[in-house]
Amino acid sequence: MSSRVDVQNSAEEKLQTADRISQDLDRVTIRFAGDSGDGMQLTGMRFTESAAQIGNDLATFPDYPAEIRAPAGTLPGVSGFQIQFSTNEVYTPGDEPDVLVAMNPAALKSNLGDLPHGGTIMVNEDAFTANYLRLAGYDENPLDDGSLNEWRLIRVPITRLTLAAVEEVGLKKSLAERCKNFFTLGLVFFLYQRDTDQTKKWIDNKFGFNLDVARANKLALQAGYNIADTLEVFQTLYRIPKAELSPGLYRGINGNLAVSLGLVAAARKAGLDLFYGSYPITPASEILHELSGMLSDGIKTFQAEDEIAAIGATIGAAFGGALAVTGTSGPGIALKSEAMGLATMVELPLVIINVQRGGPSTGLPTKTEQADLLQVLYGRNGESPIPVLAATTPADCFNMTYEASRLALKYMTPVVLLTDGYLANGTEPWRIPNEDELPEINIKFAKSEDYQDRRFAPYERDENLSRPWAIPGTPGLEHRVGGLEKDLLMGRVSYDPDNHQQMVETRAAKIAGMAKDFPPLEVNGPDNADLLILGWGGTTGAITSAGEQLRAKGYSVANCTLRYLNPLPNDLCEVLERYKQVLIPELNLGQLKLLIRAHCLIDPIGLNKVTGKPIKIQEVVDKAITVVERPESVDEQETDKGAQP
Amino acid sequence: MTATQAVQKPELTRKDFVSDAEVRWCPGCGDFSILAQVQKCMPKIGVPRENIVFISGIGCSSRFPYYMDTYGFHSIHGRAMTLASGLKASRPELSVWVITGDGDGLSIGGNHFLHTLRRNMDINIIMFNNRIYGLTKGQYSPTSEQGKRTKSSPMGSISYPINPVRAAIASEATWVGRSVDIDTKHLSSMIMAMASHSGASFLEVYQDCKIFNAGAFSHLTDKTVRDDRLLYLEPDQPMLFGKEKQYAIDIKTHRPMILDMERSRMDSKDLMKYDASDPTLAYMISNLDYPKFPVPVGVFVDIERASYSDLLEGITNEAKEKAEGPDDLRTLLAGNNTWSIE
Repeated sequence: MSSRVDVQNSAEEKLQTADRISQDLDRVTIRFAGDSGDGMQLTGMRFTESAAQIGNDLATFPDYPAEIRAPAGTLPGVSGFQIQFSTNEVYTPGDEPDVLVAMNPAALKSNLGDLPHGGTIMVNEDAFTANYLRLAGYDENPLDDGSLNEWRLIRVPITRLTLAAVEEVGLKKSLAERCKNFFTLGLVFFLYQRDTDQTKKWIDNKFGFNLDVARANKLALQAGYNIADTLEVFQTLYRIPKAELSPGLYRGINGNLAVSLGLVAAARKAGLDLFYGSYPITPASEILHELSGMLSDGIKTFQAEDEIAAIGATIGAAFGGALAVTGTSGPGIALKSEAMGLATMVELPLVIINVQRGGPSTGLPTKTEQADLLQVLYGRNGESPIPVLAATTPADCFNMTYEASRLALKYMTPVVLLTDGYLANGTEPWRIPNEDELPEINIKFAKSEDYQDRRFAPYERDENLSRPWAIPGTPGLEHRVGGLEKDLLMGRVSYDPDNHQQMVETRAAKIAGMAKDFPPLEVNGPDNADLLILGWGGTTGAITSAGEQLRAKGYSVANCTLRYLNPLPNDLCEVLERYKQVLIPELNLGQLKLLIRAHCLIDPIGLNKVTGKPIKIQEVVDKAITVVERPESVDEQETDKGAQP
Repeated sequence: MTATQAVQKPELTRKDFVSDAEVRWCPGCGDFSILAQVQKCMPKIGVPRENIVFISGIGCSSRFPYYMDTYGFHSIHGRAMTLASGLKASRPELSVWVITGDGDGLSIGGNHFLHTLRRNMDINIIMFNNRIYGLTKGQYSPTSEQGKRTKSSPMGSISYPINPVRAAIASEATWVGRSVDIDTKHLSSMIMAMASHSGASFLEVYQDCKIFNAGAFSHLTDKTVRDDRLLYLEPDQPMLFGKEKQYAIDIKTHRPMILDMERSRMDSKDLMKYDASDPTLAYMISNLDYPKFPVPVGVFVDIERASYSDLLEGITNEAKEKAEGPDDLRTLLAGNNTWSIE
C-alpha cells in the first residue's frame, strides 16, 4: 500500500506510532460532512444505529441542502449529519462536534467554524485537489499551510484506499468510489470500538438486489476498520459505555416517523380508520411515505393534487368518520387556512401537522425554524380558534400526535400539531409503548336509536361543548353542515345577529375549556428563582440541558417547556409569577414572547435566533447568565433590536 | 369503519328527499328544475338514503345540499370535489354527489376538476352552467362567451371561454354528459345514467340565471328551436336532428358535416353511429357549436375503467397479503429494527 496516513497535532511533532490508549468518555459528538452525493446521511444513520444497539443514549441532527445534488465540491452542496451519543441522558445532538469528518474541502470549510479548537478533524485528503480547493474557495491547501494547527488533523487517502479495497469486485470506478462512505464508517467504528456486523447485515438487506455493490460496501467497511487498526490512524481509542435507559424494547425514531406511528396508535385505540391526505412538501413528506408504506384496511393515504385538496379530502374523510389527518409545512398551512376555518365552523375532528421550516415564503425548506406559531394561531379569517400543540423531541412527536388526535376527537375540532425540521429529521432511541400504556380514546358516534323520539340536532353540545358526530350511513340522522353560520341547535343556515354572537362565543369557549384537560406544567429546578427559562417545541432539549448546566454552576434558574400553546395551560401565569425574570429562547423573532406578554401581562426577555439552525445549549446558558448577572444590559439589547411588540 | 347496515325501509319517494330548509333561489331559476329532477331520481338509484351524500362548493348552485334531505356538506369555494374524494376514498360504499357551477368548478376549482376526473374517483358531479357569476351579482365566468358585457367586463370580456364537456373529456373522464335544465325528461335520464356509472361521472347542465344572464341558452333550448339546434346523442345510433330527424351529422375526412337526408338520399343505416366508448370521437362531436352546427346533448363518453375505489381496494388487499407478522399495534409500532434494554 503506497498510501500514507498522517496524523498531525499542533503542539507536537507528527505522532509516532505508539501504543494506543483506550479511554472512557461520557459523551462524544461527531459530525459527518461531505457532498450531498457522498452518502453522509447514510453514514450517520448507520453509526447512529450502532450506538443505539449498544445502548448509548443519543440524539442526531441531519443538515442537508435543499438541492438534491448541488454542484459537486461546492459549499452549497455540503450535507452534514451530527450525532451526540452518551453514557448519560442526552437532550440534543450536541452544540459543537468533537470530531469532524470532512470528505472534501467544501465540507471542511463550511463546518470548521463549529469545531472547537483542539477538536479532531478527519479528512479525505484525496479530495483536496486543486479543483476542489478552488470550488471551496481555498487559495492554499489548508492541510498543508498550517491553518489547521489548532486542531488535531487526521489525513486519510480515503478515495484511494477505498478503490484499492474494492478492486477485486471489479465495479466501474464511479461506483467503486461511492463505497468511500462505508470505508469512512469503518474508520470511525474502529475509533469508538464498534462492531461492524450489524452494518454488514444492513448492507446485505439494503443492497441485496445487487450483490456486487453489497460486497464492495462490506469490503470498504471492513477495510476502513482494518486500516484504522494496522496503520494506527488513531492514537487514542474511545469507549462510551452504555447509558442507563429504562428497560424495554427500543427502536430509533425520528420526528416524522414518530408522528406517523402516533397517528396509527391513536386510530387503533379509537377504533377508527386513519386517513392521511397530503401533498409532498419538505420536511413533512416522510410522514406521507411512512404511512403509505403501512397501507391496510385501517390506514389509507391520499396524495392530493395540491395542499388545498389534501385538507379538503381530509375534511371529507372526517365527515365520514375517519381519524382524518393532513400534514404539511408553513407554505402548505398558508394554502390550507381557508379549509382550516371550514373545519372549525363545521366542528369536525381533524389533525393538522405542521413540520415547520425556515420562512417566509419558500424560505429555507430544509432548515429549521419555529416561526409559524402565530400563523397557526391567527392566520384565518374571522374568530377561528384552533388548539395548538407542540412536540419537544423526536420521540415526543409520538406522544403529542397521539394527544392531538385524542383532543381533536374528544372536542370535535381541528387541532394543529407543530413540529419542525430539527425534530422531524433528528433521531433518538424510543421505547416502544405497550397498548395499555396509551390513554383511552372513546368515540361515540351518534346512533339512530338515540333519536327515536326527537329530531337529531347537529349542534347540540355535551359537557365539553362538543357536538355529536353523526356519520353518513346512519339512518335518520341525515343532516347538512357547511361554512355558513348555523343556528345554534338545529344547524340550519342562520344570519341572526344574536345567534352569530352566541356561536362565535361558544366555539371560543369550547377551545378555551380544553385547558382543563391538560396536565400541570412541569418545571425543572427551584419553584422560585431568579430566572425561568421558558420554551416550546424543538428548543426544549437545549433549554433542558442549559437549565441543568446553570444549576450545576450554582445559578438560581429553572426551566420549563410548553407543549400546549392554545389554549395556554391554566397554571401558566401563576408559575411565571414565581420567577424574577422569564427568558424565552425561540427560533423566531419573539412569537411566544408576544403571547406571554398578552396572556400573563409580564415582560419576558427573548433569545431569538433565525439562522435555520437549532439553538445551542451554550447560547441559552450565556444569555441566561447575562440576564441574571447584568439585567440592565439585556434591556438595552432589547431596545436596540426594536424588539417585536 | 365497517359499512353501516342499511335498514331497509318502505320505498322512498321524492318527498323523502325534500329537506325542511326554505329554498332561496330567485324565482324562475333553472336550479329549481334540477333540484326537482334530482329529488325524483334519488329514490330510484338503489342506494339507501342514509348512504347518499351531496357536497357542494360556493355559488348559487352550491346551496343545493341544504335542500336535499340526505347527508350534505356545503364546503368552500371550488373545493367540493376534494371533500367528495376524501369521503369516497374512506367510505367507498357511499353514493357521493358533487354540485358545482361554472365558476366554482372550472375557475377556482379547476385543478380539482382535472384531478378528480383523471383519478376516476367514483363520484357524480353535476355542474350547473349559467355562464355567469350569479351569487357575486354578475361577473363574467370561465364559460362566458367572449365579448360578454358584465359588471367586470364593461367593454366585453376578452377571455376565451372553456367548454366544460371538452375539458372533462381532456381530463380523462369516463362518463361525460350534457343536459338542459328545462328538458326535465332528458335531465332525469342523464342523472339516472350517471348514478349507475362506476367511476367519475360529469354532467354539464345548461342552466338559466334569470337575473344576471337571462336566456343564455334560449336560442338553443326553447321548444320552438330545440329540435333544430340541439343534437340528442343516443348510444349506437346515428346522429340525427331536426323536427323530422331530417338531418344527420356525419364525419368525413376527420371533419364533421351536416347531411340533408332527403337531398343526399342517404339511408340512416349507412350513417355513422355515435360511439360513447371512443373519447376521440366524443371530443370531435363536443366541438359542434351553434350556429354552424346543432349543440350536442346526451352522453358523450361512457367508458369502463377501474375506479379509484376499485384500485385502492386492490392495492390494500395486495398489501395485506404481503404483510408479515401479527397485525397488532405493538408490532406496527416496533417495525423491524429493534433492540432490548434489560
